[in-house]
This record gives sequence, C-alpha cells and structure tokens, in this order.
Amino acid sequence: MTDTLQLAGKSFDSRLIIGTGKYRSFEEMKAAHTASGAEMVTVAVNRVPLDRKTESFLDHLDPAMQILPNTAGCYDAEHAIRTARLAREALETDWVKLEVIGDQTTLLPDNEQTLEAARVLIKEGFIVLPYFTDDLIMAKKLIEAGCPAVMPLAAPIGSGMGVQNPSNLRIMREQLPDATIIVDAGVGVPSDAAVAMELGADAILMNTAIAEAGNPGQMATAMKLAVEAGRLAYLSGRMPKRLYASASSPIQGAIK
Amino acid sequence: MKIKINGEIKELEKALSLSQILELFSLPAQRVAVELNRRVVRKQDWSTTIVEDDDRIEVVHFVGGG
Repeated sequence: MTDTLQLAGKSFDSRLIIGTGKYRSFEEMKAAHTASGAEMVTVAVNRVPLDRKTESFLDHLDPAMQILPNTAGCYDAEHAIRTARLAREALETDWVKLEVIGDQTTLLPDNEQTLEAARVLIKEGFIVLPYFTDDLIMAKKLIEAGCPAVMPLAAPIGSGMGVQNPSNLRIMREQLPDATIIVDAGVGVPSDAAVAMELGADAILMNTAIAEAGNPGQMATAMKLAVEAGRLAYLSGRMPKRLYASASSPIQGAIK
Repeated sequence: MKIKINGEIKELEKALSLSQILELFSLPAQRVAVELNRRVVRKQDWSTTIVEDDDRIEVVHFVGGG
C-alpha cells in the first residue's frame, strides 16, 4: 500500500518536513536532511547584508528538496504578504509557510492576521500553508479561505515541549477528516512526533528538535522512524483505553 | 539624494537604476528579490527602474529557518 502525503497536487513519500535554521554547520544540516528522508525544507527570507560578498544559502540544500519559504519574523498581515511576494519572486515558487507572529516572548501566532494574509495570498495564487494555534474553528476558516493544509502548533516554536493539547488535535482530526493537518512547531523528541501522528496528523514540520540535538543526523533518523511509526499506528487503529486490566492470557484453565 | 536600503540610509551622488544599486552595494543578483517602496520589482525591470530620493529598497535572500 502506498501511503503518500498529497499536498496541493504534489505527492510526498515522507511525512516529515524539516527546517534549515540553527544548525551548527552546513555539514550537520546536510547530514540531517539526508537522514530525515524529508522532501521539503523550510527557509526564511532575510535582508541581504550590504557591502560584503554573500554566498547563497540555497547552494547548501539538496537540489531535489522542495523549498518552502516562510514568513518568519512578520508581526502583521502586511509584512507577511510582502515577504511571501518577495519569496515568490526570488524562488519562483507559489508555496509559502505563512507565519504571522503575535508576540515576541511566546512566538505564538496571530490567528486573525494569519487569516487576513492567507485570504490575500490565496487570491494572488499562492499555496498557503498556515502556522496557527491548534484551534478547530480557526482551522475551518483557513480551509474555507483556500489553504490546502493547516499547520497547528504542538507547543511554542523552539520549545520542544511536545503536544501540549492532544485533545485539540484529536478534535481537529475528527471534525475535519478530509483536511491535511501538519503539526508545526513544538516537537522536542521522537515520542512527541509519534504522539502527533498517532492522533492523526498527516505530517510534522520541525526544526529545532533536530538542529539543536547533540547529533542532528542521528536525531533526524529517529524522527523519521517516529513519524513513520506514528502514522502506521494511526492507520492501524489503536486499542481502546480501559480503566481496569484486561488479561491477555486465558483466565480459565490455569493450574490450581 | 538619500535612499534607505535594507534599513540603512545611504547617500547617492546621482540617480541610479536598481541594477546599479545592487552592484554598488555588492549585492548578489541571483536568487534575491527586490522591493521598492513596498512593491516587488521583477528582475527584468531592475535595469529600467530608476531610484528616486527617499526611496526605500529591500533586497532579500534566503537564510536558514523553520
């Protein structure tokens, strides 16, 4: 059985999308990217420093990777829209990870501005993948606006806290069975990724959990396996939870 | 004339095109995008777009991010 991730007309074998930030070296980043099996990586849009020679960061990425530019660092819809337009111009891609931050300390998303920006960008032909708070109603609005997937957070960006509100993800999955849900931000360890996938997420986007690991390449492998394990578990259907024990061995016939 | 490029105020002796500005400040021309007064200027228009006094230019590229 092929179980690919379908996203805006593209098919991905990997359900892990990873970032390119915070790596200690390009070598470590490349090793992690390869080990993760990811087919899509995020990049940020930033001012080019003046008066000095700069090399292109993109040269350090596997050319086979789909590049997903983000709008990180934007605090209102207007900045996010401008950033997306610049990214499209430079990369010739309509894909954008829409991120409108509401607050510097928590980096929690400003859902209202995110929705506003999503509507404008979708009209302009962008494929908008929005990062937002794990809220069902917001997810519905973003899908209605035309987002091909929604990307609820598990926990604040770079916190590594894991899925803070599993019920919200479960509700989102149950209420939006046809939506593509990508859990973005907050994963710290492979078990977090597995939990999100077991809850029915279609994919996971992570950066810090791999980049800040002691051995990013090895952690990338662990994340790949966790995403696969979680996905298989979700498709298999978990056993019901019970308050009391249920014997696995026959109760009748034991010697007395 | 004065322009603001990537947040820095710079003095220009004469009016220049966006292509010339990129060259002047050692900015790469590949895989970058240019915004003039909050509007993207397509690459094919850089050489014919002349910068005026008080213009604000943003030149961006890609860096690592999540």
